[in-house]
Amino acid sequence: MEHTIAPLGDRSFFVTLGEEISPETHHLVRTLTEHLKRKDLHWIEEVVPSYTGVAVYYDARALHAEFSSASPYETAAALFSEFVSGMGREVKEKEKVVEIPVCYGGDFGPDLSGVAKKNGLKEKEVMEIHSSREYLVYMLGFAPGFPFLGGMDETIATPRKASPRLSVPEGSVGIAGSQTGVYPVETPGGWMLIGRTPLSLFRPEEDPPAYLQPGDRVKFYPVSFEEYKRLEEE
Amino acid sequence: MIEVTKPGLLTTIQDLGRRGYQKYGVSPGGAADMLAHRLANIAIGNVADAATLEMTLQGDELSLQEAALISITGADMNPEIDGKPLPMWRPVYVEKGKKLLFRNAGQGLRTYVAIEGGIQGDLFLGSTSTYLSMEAGGYSGRALKEGDMLQKNGRYSLNEEISDRLKHQTNDQGFAYTPWRLPDPSFFQEEIVPEIRVFPGPHYQLFDAESRQAFERGAYQTGSKSDRMGIRFDGEKLTLRNQEEIISEPVTFGTIQVPANGQPILLLADRQTTGGYPKLAQVASVDFSKVAQLRPGEETKFRMITHREAEQLFLCFEDRIQQCALAVRRKVREEMKDGKY
Repeated sequence: MEHTIAPLGDRSFFVTLGEEISPETHHLVRTLTEHLKRKDLHWIEEVVPSYTGVAVYYDARALHAEFSSASPYETAAALFSEFVSGMGREVKEKEKVVEIPVCYGGDFGPDLSGVAKKNGLKEKEVMEIHSSREYLVYMLGFAPGFPFLGGMDETIATPRKASPRLSVPEGSVGIAGSQTGVYPVETPGGWMLIGRTPLSLFRPEEDPPAYLQPGDRVKFYPVSFEEYKRLEEE
Repeated sequence: MIEVTKPGLLTTIQDLGRRGYQKYGVSPGGAADMLAHRLANIAIGNVADAATLEMTLQGDELSLQEAALISITGADMNPEIDGKPLPMWRPVYVEKGKKLLFRNAGQGLRTYVAIEGGIQGDLFLGSTSTYLSMEAGGYSGRALKEGDMLQKNGRYSLNEEISDRLKHQTNDQGFAYTPWRLPDPSFFQEEIVPEIRVFPGPHYQLFDAESRQAFERGAYQTGSKSDRMGIRFDGEKLTLRNQEEIISEPVTFGTIQVPANGQPILLLADRQTTGGYPKLAQVASVDFSKVAQLRPGEETKFRMITHREAEQLFLCFEDRIQQCALAVRRKVREEMKDGKY
């Protein structure tokens, strides 16, 4: 697997596997992450996958003690490249599609009309377009359990709000540029909100605590306010 | 038990933070000034991951409902008991019923108080650190309030050894302390330089030459909107040579990123796990403690070093912390043998 390694901090590095956001690069990231999970290299403390690569936090003191190298980074990078070249096959793509109920518009989606207007569509059309596609979870970040989803139809792409909201309610479904995502926890945020899901995407009592994982396929389906309430109680 | 009789500005329970959850978008959290936190624990013989109190700018008034061995590190908030100053950076034994008063930090921003056994807190994803934005961990996920009761865990053997000696030597104000103290943070930081040492970040070359120069030469003021997530600096505007779209990537403690307004943000303990702004520079680990102590309004300068230098400084820094912990153990046990204290 072709890759480049560069320092992040003085105890971490970033492995670049591609230059742009694409399902192909994502697949490389997921393959590398999965192999690292299976192998459990003792000098690695934490692995954080993202769109185009993987951040690796390593134990610089342990590497220095074990290899008495002048630069723990160089040792770590060499060990890592060795691991990558001996790595097995690419992992399989996930086939299961996670279905997420969304109640669009109204108080739950205060920006639905804005998104519709910006794109010359009716609110109902935005809803139909948003819930017709299958999305890929590229990475988690920004807030606990927050999935960055790719694959949205450009016809409903809308820039972020000029000034972010101080508080976005849990479960809010939003659009930012040509990305869509779900706020798993209440947080400040600038995405255009088009609806809300009653599904809890961050579950600290479960392992893993994030309901969606990189590589998952996601599909939204519209539900009525009554249905939302019923699902919320479940 | 310890009662918070008067809360400070922002006092939270913190430990080493959460490890292994960044991939789920969970911030590592933990003490902002990890060096001061670790030294507070080392001074009294606590384990490294024992939780301490992190006070910000203005400290609390704490009432000890039982005797305790404590230590105070970080910013000097002129701590006292009944008008008598409490020394910092060393073990202090305090009798039951005493009131510890912390005032405003004259210099620095954050003070750490370690208590024998460590402070109990809610466990959230493997850490008792207070995660303010999630309202989880620590003391009900929030800053301390008047009337809060803090519990401590069972004592470690070194806690006991230090305590047993000091408790026979208390003064009129009901406290006693060791003649020895830990070295200043500058000892661990290898050299005393006022600047924050940084090395180039992944997007350093994308900035125009004037901006790179301005960053290395100019002074940057800590903005009032700074918090445990990050420091927002005010200073000369930093711009990219060409406007570029940066793909969101993982960021870490000490990452200096520059949003469109050109004012750098330095990420701290409660940072987001990923960021989509260009990353200009990265603070060397050895100076993390310094950045965590920058006060709102304070001016700071940066000094460019190499990544390799940052690594060497970090190894030396860690060695000295280990030596320090060992020296405390030796000191306590030697003095016990000699019947000192």
